[in-house]
Amino acid sequence: MNNILNHIGIENYIFLSVILFCIGVFGVLYRRNAIIVFMSIEIMLNAVNLLFVAFSTYHQDAQGQVFVFFSMAVAAAEVAVGLAILVSIFRNLGSIDIDNLKKLKG
Amino acid sequence: MNTLIALVGLGVLCLLFEIINLRKLLVPATILGLLGVLALTVSEYNMPGSYYGNMIAVNAFSVSFSSLFIVLTIFLIALSHNFYESHQSKLSDFIAIKIFLLSGAVAMVSFGNLAMFFLGIEVLSISLYILAASSRLNLKSNEAGMKYFLLGSFASGIILFGICMIYGAMGTFDTTEIAELSRSAELPIWFPIGIALVTIGMFFKIAAVPFHFWAPDVYEGSPALTTATMSTLAKVTAMATLFKLLTAMNAEISYQYQIVVVIVSMASMTVGNIMALKQANVKRMLAFSGISHAGYMLMTLLSTNNSAGNLLYYAAAYSLSGIAAFAVILYVCKNRDNEDIVNFHGLGKTNPLLAAILTGALLSMAGIPIFAGFFAKLTLFSQTIQAGYLVLVIVAVVNSIISVGYYFKLILAMYTKEADKARTGTPVLIYGVAIVSILLNLALGLFPSLVMDLLG
Repeated sequence: MNNILNHIGIENYIFLSVILFCIGVFGVLYRRNAIIVFMSIEIMLNAVNLLFVAFSTYHQDAQGQVFVFFSMAVAAAEVAVGLAILVSIFRNLGSIDIDNLKKLKG
Repeated sequence: MNTLIALVGLGVLCLLFEIINLRKLLVPATILGLLGVLALTVSEYNMPGSYYGNMIAVNAFSVSFSSLFIVLTIFLIALSHNFYESHQSKLSDFIAIKIFLLSGAVAMVSFGNLAMFFLGIEVLSISLYILAASSRLNLKSNEAGMKYFLLGSFASGIILFGICMIYGAMGTFDTTEIAELSRSAELPIWFPIGIALVTIGMFFKIAAVPFHFWAPDVYEGSPALTTATMSTLAKVTAMATLFKLLTAMNAEISYQYQIVVVIVSMASMTVGNIMALKQANVKRMLAFSGISHAGYMLMTLLSTNNSAGNLLYYAAAYSLSGIAAFAVILYVCKNRDNEDIVNFHGLGKTNPLLAAILTGALLSMAGIPIFAGFFAKLTLFSQTIQAGYLVLVIVAVVNSIISVGYYFKLILAMYTKEADKARTGTPVLIYGVAIVSILLNLALGLFPSLVMDLLG
Protein backbone atom coordinates (compact mmCIF):
# COMPACT_ATOMS: atom_id res chain seq x y z
CA MET A 1 0.00 0.00 0.00
CA ASN A 2 2.79 2.38 0.91
CA ASN A 3 4.43 1.69 -2.46
CA ILE A 4 1.36 2.89 -4.28
CA LEU A 5 1.31 6.01 -2.14
CA ASN A 6 4.97 6.69 -2.91
CA HIS A 7 4.24 6.13 -6.55
CA ILE A 8 1.33 8.54 -6.71
CA GLY A 9 2.52 11.05 -4.13
CA ILE A 10 0.60 12.44 -1.16
CA GLU A 11 0.12 15.79 -2.95
CA ASN A 12 -2.14 14.24 -5.54
CA TYR A 13 -4.35 12.79 -2.82
CA ILE A 14 -4.59 16.25 -1.28
CA PHE A 15 -5.48 17.80 -4.64
CA LEU A 16 -8.18 15.19 -5.23
CA SER A 17 -9.67 15.74 -1.79
CA VAL A 18 -9.59 19.51 -2.13
CA ILE A 19 -11.33 19.30 -5.51
CA LEU A 20 -14.02 16.99 -4.10
CA PHE A 21 -14.41 19.25 -1.05
CA CYS A 22 -14.84 22.31 -3.26
CA ILE A 23 -17.42 20.49 -5.40
CA GLY A 24 -19.32 19.88 -2.16
CA VAL A 25 -18.97 23.51 -1.06
CA PHE A 26 -20.27 24.83 -4.37
CA GLY A 27 -23.11 22.33 -4.27
CA VAL A 28 -24.16 23.65 -0.86
CA LEU A 29 -23.90 27.24 -2.03
CA TYR A 30 -25.60 26.99 -5.43
CA ARG A 31 -28.07 24.07 -5.50
CA ARG A 32 -31.61 24.83 -4.31
CA ASN A 33 -32.96 21.31 -3.85
CA ALA A 34 -32.51 20.29 -0.23
CA ILE A 35 -31.70 16.64 -1.04
CA ILE A 36 -28.89 17.72 -3.37
CA VAL A 37 -27.58 20.08 -0.70
CA PHE A 38 -27.48 17.12 1.70
CA MET A 39 -25.58 15.08 -0.89
CA SER A 40 -23.10 17.94 -1.29
CA ILE A 41 -22.47 17.99 2.45
CA GLU A 42 -21.84 14.24 2.28
CA ILE A 43 -19.34 14.80 -0.54
CA MET A 44 -17.51 17.33 1.64
CA LEU A 45 -17.30 14.91 4.56
CA ASN A 46 -16.28 11.96 2.38
CA ALA A 47 -13.57 14.00 0.66
CA VAL A 48 -12.09 14.54 4.12
CA ASN A 49 -12.45 10.83 4.94
CA LEU A 50 -10.46 9.98 1.82
CA LEU A 51 -7.71 12.34 2.89
CA PHE A 52 -7.70 10.87 6.40
CA VAL A 53 -7.05 7.40 4.97
CA ALA A 54 -4.34 8.72 2.67
CA PHE A 55 -2.59 10.51 5.55
CA SER A 56 -3.00 7.42 7.69
CA THR A 57 -1.05 5.37 5.16
CA TYR A 58 1.44 8.18 4.67
CA HIS A 59 2.24 8.26 8.40
CA GLN A 60 1.96 4.45 8.80
CA ASP A 61 -0.44 5.11 11.67
CA ALA A 62 -3.88 3.56 12.23
CA GLN A 63 -5.43 6.49 14.14
CA GLY A 64 -6.52 8.22 10.94
CA GLN A 65 -8.49 5.20 9.80
CA VAL A 66 -10.20 4.90 13.18
CA PHE A 67 -11.14 8.56 12.97
CA VAL A 68 -12.87 7.84 9.66
CA PHE A 69 -15.23 5.46 11.45
CA PHE A 70 -16.11 8.20 13.92
CA SER A 71 -16.72 10.76 11.23
CA MET A 72 -18.85 8.32 9.21
CA ALA A 73 -21.01 7.53 12.24
CA VAL A 74 -21.39 11.23 13.00
CA ALA A 75 -22.28 12.02 9.39
CA ALA A 76 -24.95 9.32 9.43
CA ALA A 77 -26.48 10.74 12.62
CA GLU A 78 -26.38 14.23 11.20
CA VAL A 79 -28.14 13.27 7.99
CA ALA A 80 -30.79 11.34 9.94
CA VAL A 81 -31.66 14.52 11.84
CA GLY A 82 -31.49 16.61 8.67
CA LEU A 83 -33.88 14.31 6.81
CA ALA A 84 -36.30 14.41 9.74
CA ILE A 85 -36.33 18.22 9.58
CA LEU A 86 -36.79 17.98 5.80
CA VAL A 87 -39.81 15.67 6.21
CA SER A 88 -41.49 18.12 8.58
CA ILE A 89 -40.83 20.96 6.12
CA PHE A 90 -42.31 18.91 3.31
CA ARG A 91 -45.43 18.22 5.37
CA ASN A 92 -45.91 21.92 6.07
CA LEU A 93 -44.93 23.36 2.71
CA GLY A 94 -45.34 20.58 0.17
CA SER A 95 -41.94 21.33 -1.32
CA ILE A 96 -38.27 20.80 -0.53
CA ASP A 97 -36.93 23.79 -2.43
CA ILE A 98 -34.92 25.79 0.09
CA ASP A 99 -35.79 29.04 -1.71
CA ASN A 100 -39.27 28.66 -0.25
CA LEU A 101 -37.85 29.12 3.24
CA LYS A 102 -37.95 32.87 3.61
CA LYS A 103 -40.29 33.66 6.47
CA LEU A 104 -37.39 34.84 8.61
CA LYS A 105 -35.97 38.14 7.37
CA GLY A 106 -34.88 41.44 8.77
CA MET B 1 -13.69 12.22 33.60
CA ASN B 2 -16.54 11.01 35.79
CA THR B 3 -18.55 14.06 34.77
CA LEU B 4 -19.01 12.81 31.24
CA ILE B 5 -20.05 9.30 32.25
CA ALA B 6 -22.43 10.59 34.91
CA LEU B 7 -24.04 13.01 32.45
CA VAL B 8 -24.68 10.37 29.80
CA GLY B 9 -26.10 8.09 32.50
CA LEU B 10 -28.40 10.88 33.66
CA GLY B 11 -29.60 11.44 30.09
CA VAL B 12 -30.51 7.77 29.70
CA LEU B 13 -32.22 7.88 33.09
CA CYS B 14 -34.40 10.78 31.89
CA LEU B 15 -35.63 8.63 29.02
CA LEU B 16 -36.33 5.76 31.43
CA PHE B 17 -38.40 8.03 33.69
CA GLU B 18 -40.94 8.38 30.91
CA ILE B 19 -41.20 4.60 30.51
CA ILE B 20 -41.81 3.95 34.19
CA ASN B 21 -44.40 6.76 34.39
CA LEU B 22 -42.61 9.15 36.72
CA ARG B 23 -43.07 12.22 34.55
CA LYS B 24 -44.03 14.44 37.51
CA LEU B 25 -40.70 13.77 39.18
CA LEU B 26 -38.69 14.35 36.03
CA VAL B 27 -37.68 18.01 36.43
CA PRO B 28 -36.83 17.89 40.16
CA ALA B 29 -34.98 14.57 39.78
CA THR B 30 -32.94 15.87 36.84
CA ILE B 31 -32.03 19.04 38.68
CA LEU B 32 -30.95 17.01 41.71
CA GLY B 33 -28.94 14.72 39.43
CA LEU B 34 -27.24 17.71 37.82
CA LEU B 35 -26.43 19.17 41.24
CA GLY B 36 -24.80 15.82 42.07
CA VAL B 37 -22.79 15.93 38.85
CA LEU B 38 -21.80 19.50 39.68
CA ALA B 39 -20.43 18.36 43.04
CA LEU B 40 -18.59 15.51 41.32
CA THR B 41 -17.07 17.96 38.83
CA VAL B 42 -16.00 20.47 41.44
CA SER B 43 -14.35 17.71 43.46
CA GLU B 44 -12.01 17.06 40.52
CA TYR B 45 -10.73 20.65 40.60
CA ASN B 46 -7.53 19.81 42.43
CA MET B 47 -6.94 16.52 40.67
CA PRO B 48 -5.74 17.21 37.15
CA GLY B 49 -5.10 14.12 35.11
CA SER B 50 -5.64 12.46 31.77
CA TYR B 51 -7.78 9.41 31.13
CA TYR B 52 -8.29 6.80 28.41
CA GLY B 53 -5.00 7.38 26.64
CA ASN B 54 -5.35 11.16 26.98
CA MET B 55 -8.76 11.19 25.29
CA ILE B 56 -10.02 13.25 28.24
CA ALA B 57 -7.74 15.70 30.01
CA VAL B 58 -9.07 17.10 33.29
CA ASN B 59 -7.57 20.37 34.47
CA ALA B 60 -8.66 23.59 36.14
CA PHE B 61 -9.85 25.02 32.82
CA SER B 62 -12.08 22.07 31.96
CA VAL B 63 -13.45 21.76 35.49
CA SER B 64 -14.41 25.42 35.84
CA PHE B 65 -16.01 25.66 32.42
CA SER B 66 -17.84 22.34 32.88
CA SER B 67 -19.23 23.64 36.17
CA LEU B 68 -20.46 26.80 34.44
CA PHE B 69 -22.17 24.70 31.74
CA ILE B 70 -23.83 22.48 34.34
CA VAL B 71 -25.18 25.51 36.21
CA LEU B 72 -26.56 26.95 32.97
CA THR B 73 -28.21 23.62 32.11
CA ILE B 74 -29.84 23.47 35.54
CA PHE B 75 -31.45 26.84 34.81
CA LEU B 76 -32.52 25.79 31.33
CA ILE B 77 -34.10 22.59 32.62
CA ALA B 78 -35.93 24.44 35.38
CA LEU B 79 -37.37 26.73 32.69
CA SER B 80 -38.46 23.83 30.49
CA HIS B 81 -41.10 22.67 32.98
CA ASN B 82 -43.21 25.72 32.22
CA PHE B 83 -42.21 26.04 28.57
CA TYR B 84 -43.30 22.54 27.53
CA GLU B 85 -46.53 22.63 29.57
CA SER B 86 -48.63 21.87 26.52
CA HIS B 87 -46.32 19.05 25.31
CA GLN B 88 -46.09 17.09 28.54
CA SER B 89 -45.72 13.76 26.73
CA LYS B 90 -42.48 14.93 25.10
CA LEU B 91 -40.98 16.53 28.20
CA SER B 92 -38.55 13.68 28.89
CA ASP B 93 -37.25 13.75 25.31
CA PHE B 94 -36.54 17.45 25.46
CA ILE B 95 -34.81 17.18 28.82
CA ALA B 96 -32.78 14.16 27.74
CA ILE B 97 -31.64 16.02 24.60
CA LYS B 98 -30.56 18.95 26.78
CA ILE B 99 -28.52 16.62 28.99
CA PHE B 100 -26.86 15.03 25.95
CA LEU B 101 -26.15 18.53 24.66
CA LEU B 102 -24.45 19.26 27.97
CA SER B 103 -22.35 16.10 27.66
CA GLY B 104 -21.21 17.32 24.25
CA ALA B 105 -20.32 20.69 25.77
CA VAL B 106 -18.31 19.04 28.56
CA ALA B 107 -16.47 16.88 26.01
CA MET B 108 -15.62 20.03 24.07
CA VAL B 109 -13.78 21.67 26.94
CA SER B 110 -12.12 18.55 28.37
CA PHE B 111 -10.72 16.91 25.25
CA GLY B 112 -7.15 15.72 25.05
CA ASN B 113 -7.51 14.33 21.57
CA LEU B 114 -8.97 15.93 18.46
CA ALA B 115 -11.30 12.95 17.99
CA MET B 116 -12.97 13.80 21.30
CA PHE B 117 -13.22 17.44 20.26
CA PHE B 118 -14.94 16.50 17.01
CA LEU B 119 -17.37 14.12 18.71
CA GLY B 120 -18.18 16.74 21.35
CA ILE B 121 -18.91 19.47 18.83
CA GLU B 122 -21.09 17.13 16.81
CA VAL B 123 -23.07 15.92 19.83
CA LEU B 124 -23.71 19.54 20.79
CA SER B 125 -24.64 20.61 17.25
CA ILE B 126 -26.92 17.67 16.47
CA SER B 127 -28.82 18.19 19.73
CA LEU B 128 -29.26 21.84 18.83
CA TYR B 129 -30.54 21.01 15.33
CA ILE B 130 -33.23 18.87 16.94
CA LEU B 131 -34.14 21.52 19.49
CA ALA B 132 -34.24 24.30 16.89
CA ALA B 133 -36.71 22.39 14.72
CA SER B 134 -38.61 20.93 17.66
CA SER B 135 -41.78 22.96 17.16
CA ARG B 136 -42.79 20.62 14.33
CA LEU B 137 -45.93 22.32 13.03
CA ASN B 138 -44.48 25.82 13.10
CA LEU B 139 -43.00 26.79 9.76
CA LYS B 140 -40.66 29.34 11.34
CA SER B 141 -39.16 26.68 13.58
CA ASN B 142 -38.77 24.32 10.60
CA GLU B 143 -36.97 27.00 8.68
CA ALA B 144 -34.71 27.84 11.60
CA GLY B 145 -33.85 24.15 12.06
CA MET B 146 -33.07 23.70 8.38
CA LYS B 147 -30.89 26.80 8.17
CA TYR B 148 -29.05 25.86 11.32
CA PHE B 149 -28.59 22.31 10.10
CA LEU B 150 -27.22 23.31 6.70
CA LEU B 151 -24.80 25.93 7.99
CA GLY B 152 -23.85 23.88 11.04
CA SER B 153 -22.92 20.81 9.04
CA PHE B 154 -21.13 23.01 6.53
CA ALA B 155 -19.05 24.39 9.40
CA SER B 156 -18.49 20.87 10.74
CA GLY B 157 -17.16 19.86 7.33
CA ILE B 158 -14.67 22.74 7.43
CA ILE B 159 -13.61 21.82 10.98
CA LEU B 160 -13.16 18.19 9.90
CA PHE B 161 -10.96 19.28 7.00
CA GLY B 162 -8.91 21.36 9.40
CA ILE B 163 -8.45 18.41 11.76
CA CYS B 164 -7.40 16.30 8.78
CA MET B 165 -4.76 18.86 7.79
CA ILE B 166 -3.42 19.00 11.35
CA TYR B 167 -3.25 15.20 11.35
CA GLY B 168 -1.46 15.25 8.03
CA ALA B 169 1.13 17.64 9.40
CA MET B 170 1.66 15.99 12.77
CA GLY B 171 0.70 12.33 12.34
CA THR B 172 -1.26 12.32 15.59
CA PHE B 173 -4.52 13.55 17.07
CA ASP B 174 -3.18 13.91 20.59
CA THR B 175 -3.02 17.56 21.62
CA THR B 176 -0.03 17.22 23.94
CA GLU B 177 1.98 15.48 21.21
CA ILE B 178 0.88 18.14 18.73
CA ALA B 179 1.94 20.86 21.18
CA GLU B 180 5.40 19.30 21.46
CA LEU B 181 5.78 18.81 17.71
CA SER B 182 4.65 22.36 17.00
CA ARG B 183 7.70 23.71 18.88
CA SER B 184 10.04 22.31 16.25
CA ALA B 185 11.31 24.77 13.71
CA GLU B 186 10.25 23.01 10.52
CA LEU B 187 6.48 22.71 10.36
CA PRO B 188 4.71 21.42 7.26
CA ILE B 189 2.53 24.10 5.66
CA TRP B 190 -0.49 21.87 6.40
CA PHE B 191 -0.41 22.75 10.09
CA PRO B 192 -1.22 26.48 9.76
CA ILE B 193 -3.79 25.64 7.06
CA GLY B 194 -5.44 23.22 9.47
CA ILE B 195 -5.46 25.73 12.31
CA ALA B 196 -6.97 28.35 9.99
CA LEU B 197 -9.73 25.98 8.81
CA VAL B 198 -10.60 24.89 12.37
CA THR B 199 -10.72 28.55 13.40
CA ILE B 200 -13.07 29.42 10.54
CA GLY B 201 -15.36 26.56 11.54
CA MET B 202 -15.37 27.73 15.15
CA PHE B 203 -16.10 31.32 14.04
CA PHE B 204 -19.23 29.87 12.40
CA LYS B 205 -20.22 28.22 15.66
CA ILE B 206 -19.72 31.33 17.80
CA ALA B 207 -21.38 33.48 15.10
CA ALA B 208 -18.59 36.00 14.61
CA VAL B 209 -18.77 38.39 11.65
CA PRO B 210 -18.44 37.52 8.70
CA PHE B 211 -19.81 34.07 9.59
CA HIS B 212 -22.79 35.39 11.55
CA PHE B 213 -25.57 35.57 8.95
CA TRP B 214 -27.35 32.44 10.19
CA ALA B 215 -27.64 33.59 13.80
CA PRO B 216 -30.49 36.19 13.65
CA ASP B 217 -32.76 33.96 11.57
CA VAL B 218 -32.12 30.85 13.64
CA TYR B 219 -32.50 32.70 16.94
CA GLU B 220 -35.78 34.28 15.83
CA GLY B 221 -37.32 31.12 14.41
CA SER B 222 -36.41 28.61 17.11
CA PRO B 223 -38.64 28.08 20.14
CA ALA B 224 -37.71 30.65 22.81
CA LEU B 225 -36.13 28.15 25.18
CA THR B 226 -33.89 26.83 22.41
CA THR B 227 -32.84 30.38 21.64
CA ALA B 228 -31.91 30.74 25.30
CA THR B 229 -29.82 27.55 25.05
CA MET B 230 -28.07 28.70 21.90
CA SER B 231 -27.30 32.21 23.03
CA THR B 232 -25.96 31.21 26.43
CA LEU B 233 -24.72 27.62 26.61
CA ALA B 234 -23.78 26.98 22.98
CA LYS B 235 -22.06 30.32 22.44
CA VAL B 236 -20.01 30.14 25.62
CA THR B 237 -19.05 26.54 24.87
CA ALA B 238 -17.85 27.31 21.38
CA MET B 239 -15.82 30.28 22.63
CA ALA B 240 -14.17 28.25 25.41
CA THR B 241 -13.41 25.47 22.93
CA LEU B 242 -11.73 27.81 20.47
CA PHE B 243 -9.63 29.18 23.33
CA LYS B 244 -8.73 25.69 24.53
CA LEU B 245 -7.89 24.47 21.02
CA LEU B 246 -5.41 27.26 20.44
CA THR B 247 -3.78 26.90 23.85
CA ALA B 248 -3.77 23.08 23.99
CA MET B 249 -2.11 22.70 20.62
CA ASN B 250 0.31 25.48 21.42
CA ALA B 251 -0.60 26.98 18.07
CA GLU B 252 1.96 29.77 17.96
CA ILE B 253 -0.40 32.69 17.40
CA SER B 254 1.45 34.51 14.69
CA TYR B 255 1.22 38.20 13.90
CA GLN B 256 -1.04 37.62 10.89
CA TYR B 257 -3.37 35.46 12.97
CA GLN B 258 -3.64 38.18 15.59
CA ILE B 259 -4.50 40.75 12.91
CA VAL B 260 -7.30 38.46 11.70
CA VAL B 261 -8.61 38.07 15.25
CA VAL B 262 -8.52 41.85 15.79
CA ILE B 263 -10.41 42.51 12.56
CA VAL B 264 -13.02 39.80 13.19
CA SER B 265 -13.48 41.05 16.73
CA MET B 266 -13.96 44.68 15.65
CA ALA B 267 -16.32 43.68 12.84
CA SER B 268 -18.41 41.47 15.15
CA MET B 269 -18.86 44.21 17.72
CA THR B 270 -19.68 46.91 15.20
CA VAL B 271 -22.01 44.91 12.96
CA GLY B 272 -23.72 43.25 15.92
CA ASN B 273 -24.39 46.48 17.77
CA ILE B 274 -25.43 48.56 14.77
CA MET B 275 -27.79 45.91 13.41
CA ALA B 276 -29.30 45.40 16.87
CA LEU B 277 -30.36 49.06 17.00
CA LYS B 278 -33.12 48.64 14.43
CA GLN B 279 -34.61 45.32 15.54
CA ALA B 280 -38.19 45.15 16.78
CA ASN B 281 -38.08 41.48 17.78
CA VAL B 282 -36.41 40.88 21.14
CA LYS B 283 -34.96 37.47 20.19
CA ARG B 284 -33.44 38.96 17.05
CA MET B 285 -32.07 41.86 19.05
CA LEU B 286 -30.45 39.47 21.52
CA ALA B 287 -29.01 37.50 18.58
CA PHE B 288 -27.20 40.60 17.36
CA SER B 289 -26.20 41.44 20.91
CA GLY B 290 -24.76 37.90 21.13
CA ILE B 291 -22.75 38.53 17.96
CA SER B 292 -21.25 41.65 19.53
CA HIS B 293 -20.47 39.76 22.75
CA ALA B 294 -18.69 37.10 20.66
CA GLY B 295 -16.56 39.97 19.38
CA TYR B 296 -15.67 41.04 22.93
CA MET B 297 -14.86 37.47 23.95
CA LEU B 298 -12.57 37.05 20.94
CA MET B 299 -10.33 39.70 22.50
CA THR B 300 -9.16 37.05 25.00
CA LEU B 301 -7.44 35.18 22.16
CA LEU B 302 -4.91 38.00 21.85
CA SER B 303 -3.19 37.22 25.14
CA THR B 304 -3.80 33.52 25.63
CA ASN B 305 -1.21 33.11 28.39
CA ASN B 306 -3.15 34.86 31.12
CA SER B 307 -6.66 35.53 29.86
CA ALA B 308 -8.36 32.20 30.70
CA GLY B 309 -9.71 33.66 33.94
CA ASN B 310 -11.07 36.69 32.09
CA LEU B 311 -12.78 34.49 29.53
CA LEU B 312 -14.43 32.44 32.28
CA TYR B 313 -15.57 35.59 34.06
CA TYR B 314 -16.92 37.22 30.92
CA ALA B 315 -18.65 34.01 29.86
CA ALA B 316 -20.25 33.59 33.30
CA ALA B 317 -21.41 37.22 33.41
CA TYR B 318 -22.81 37.14 29.89
CA SER B 319 -24.56 33.80 30.15
CA LEU B 320 -26.09 34.43 33.59
CA SER B 321 -27.57 37.73 32.44
CA GLY B 322 -28.74 35.96 29.27
CA ILE B 323 -30.54 33.33 31.35
CA ALA B 324 -32.21 36.01 33.49
CA ALA B 325 -33.33 37.95 30.41
CA PHE B 326 -34.69 34.86 28.69
CA ALA B 327 -36.56 33.75 31.81
CA VAL B 328 -38.48 37.03 31.68
CA ILE B 329 -38.96 36.76 27.90
CA LEU B 330 -40.38 33.25 28.34
CA TYR B 331 -42.87 34.55 30.89
CA VAL B 332 -43.92 37.60 28.89
CA CYS B 333 -44.17 35.94 25.49
CA LYS B 334 -45.87 32.74 26.56
CA ASN B 335 -48.88 32.07 24.28
CA ARG B 336 -48.02 35.07 22.06
CA ASP B 337 -47.16 34.43 18.42
CA ASN B 338 -44.05 36.62 18.40
CA GLU B 339 -41.52 38.24 20.71
CA ASP B 340 -41.86 41.85 19.55
CA ILE B 341 -41.05 44.70 21.92
CA VAL B 342 -44.78 45.59 21.95
CA ASN B 343 -45.32 42.62 24.27
CA PHE B 344 -43.12 44.24 26.89
CA HIS B 345 -45.06 47.50 27.09
CA GLY B 346 -46.01 48.38 30.64
CA LEU B 347 -44.28 45.42 32.27
CA GLY B 348 -42.88 47.85 34.84
CA LYS B 349 -46.40 48.49 36.15
CA THR B 350 -47.99 45.09 35.79
CA ASN B 351 -45.04 43.08 37.03
CA PRO B 352 -42.37 45.27 38.69
CA LEU B 353 -40.19 42.38 39.90
CA LEU B 354 -39.68 40.77 36.50
CA ALA B 355 -39.23 44.17 34.87
CA ALA B 356 -36.50 44.98 37.40
CA ILE B 357 -34.79 41.64 36.71
CA LEU B 358 -34.88 42.17 32.94
CA THR B 359 -33.52 45.69 33.43
CA GLY B 360 -30.68 44.30 35.55
CA ALA B 361 -29.85 41.64 32.97
CA LEU B 362 -29.78 44.16 30.14
CA LEU B 363 -27.68 46.60 32.19
CA SER B 364 -25.22 43.80 32.87
CA MET B 365 -24.97 43.04 29.13
CA ALA B 366 -24.48 46.73 28.39
CA GLY B 367 -21.74 46.93 31.04
CA ILE B 368 -23.17 49.23 33.71
CA PRO B 369 -21.44 49.01 37.12
CA ILE B 370 -22.30 46.78 40.05
CA PHE B 371 -23.40 44.11 37.56
CA ALA B 372 -20.85 41.51 36.54
CA GLY B 373 -20.88 42.61 32.90
CA PHE B 374 -19.14 45.86 33.80
CA PHE B 375 -16.23 44.23 35.64
CA ALA B 376 -15.91 41.60 32.92
CA LYS B 377 -15.49 44.32 30.31
CA LEU B 378 -13.21 46.36 32.57
CA THR B 379 -10.69 43.57 33.16
CA LEU B 380 -10.90 42.40 29.56
CA PHE B 381 -10.22 45.88 28.18
CA SER B 382 -7.38 46.64 30.58
CA GLN B 383 -5.73 43.32 29.74
CA THR B 384 -6.07 43.98 26.02
CA ILE B 385 -4.48 47.43 26.45
CA GLN B 386 -1.58 45.78 28.27
CA ALA B 387 -1.20 43.40 25.33
CA GLY B 388 -0.84 46.48 23.12
CA TYR B 389 -4.10 46.73 21.19
CA LEU B 390 -5.22 50.26 22.02
CA VAL B 391 -7.25 50.79 18.82
CA LEU B 392 -9.23 47.61 19.41
CA VAL B 393 -10.11 48.72 22.93
CA ILE B 394 -11.22 52.15 21.70
CA VAL B 395 -13.54 50.49 19.17
CA ALA B 396 -14.83 48.20 21.91
CA VAL B 397 -15.59 51.09 24.26
CA VAL B 398 -17.40 53.03 21.53
CA ASN B 399 -19.40 49.88 20.80
CA SER B 400 -20.34 49.47 24.46
CA ILE B 401 -21.79 52.97 24.34
CA ILE B 402 -23.76 52.19 21.16
CA SER B 403 -25.12 49.03 22.76
CA VAL B 404 -26.68 51.04 25.61
CA GLY B 405 -29.03 52.50 22.95
CA TYR B 406 -30.88 49.30 22.11
CA TYR B 407 -30.84 47.89 25.63
CA PHE B 408 -32.50 51.09 26.83
CA LYS B 409 -35.07 50.89 24.05
CA LEU B 410 -36.45 47.76 25.72
CA ILE B 411 -36.12 49.19 29.24
CA LEU B 412 -38.00 52.36 28.25
CA ALA B 413 -40.72 50.29 26.60
CA MET B 414 -41.24 48.47 29.90
CA TYR B 415 -41.49 51.57 32.07
CA THR B 416 -42.97 54.38 29.96
CA LYS B 417 -45.56 52.71 27.69
CA GLU B 418 -49.04 51.61 28.69
CA ALA B 419 -49.68 47.91 29.17
CA ASP B 420 -51.71 46.21 26.45
CA LYS B 421 -53.12 43.40 28.58
CA ALA B 422 -52.23 41.92 31.92
CA ARG B 423 -50.58 38.53 32.30
CA THR B 424 -51.85 36.15 34.92
CA GLY B 425 -50.19 33.49 37.03
CA THR B 426 -46.86 33.41 38.83
CA PRO B 427 -44.92 30.37 37.60
CA VAL B 428 -42.60 29.63 40.53
CA LEU B 429 -39.78 28.09 38.52
CA ILE B 430 -39.49 31.00 36.09
CA TYR B 431 -39.42 33.49 38.96
CA GLY B 432 -36.89 31.32 40.78
CA VAL B 433 -34.56 31.02 37.80
CA ALA B 434 -34.76 34.74 37.04
CA ILE B 435 -34.06 35.75 40.65
CA VAL B 436 -31.27 33.23 41.27
CA SER B 437 -29.45 33.99 38.02
CA ILE B 438 -29.56 37.77 38.49
CA LEU B 439 -28.40 37.35 42.10
CA LEU B 440 -25.51 35.17 40.93
CA ASN B 441 -24.67 37.84 38.39
CA LEU B 442 -24.67 40.50 41.12
CA ALA B 443 -22.55 38.30 43.38
CA LEU B 444 -20.02 37.89 40.59
CA GLY B 445 -20.04 41.65 40.14
CA LEU B 446 -19.38 42.29 43.84
CA PHE B 447 -16.74 39.59 44.24
CA PRO B 448 -14.98 39.19 40.89
CA SER B 449 -12.06 37.35 42.45
CA LEU B 450 -14.33 34.36 43.18
CA VAL B 451 -14.18 33.39 39.53
CA MET B 452 -11.10 35.21 38.31
CA ASP B 453 -8.78 33.33 40.65
CA LEU B 454 -10.01 29.92 39.55
CA LEU B 455 -7.84 30.15 36.45
CA GLY B 456 -4.67 32.09 37.09
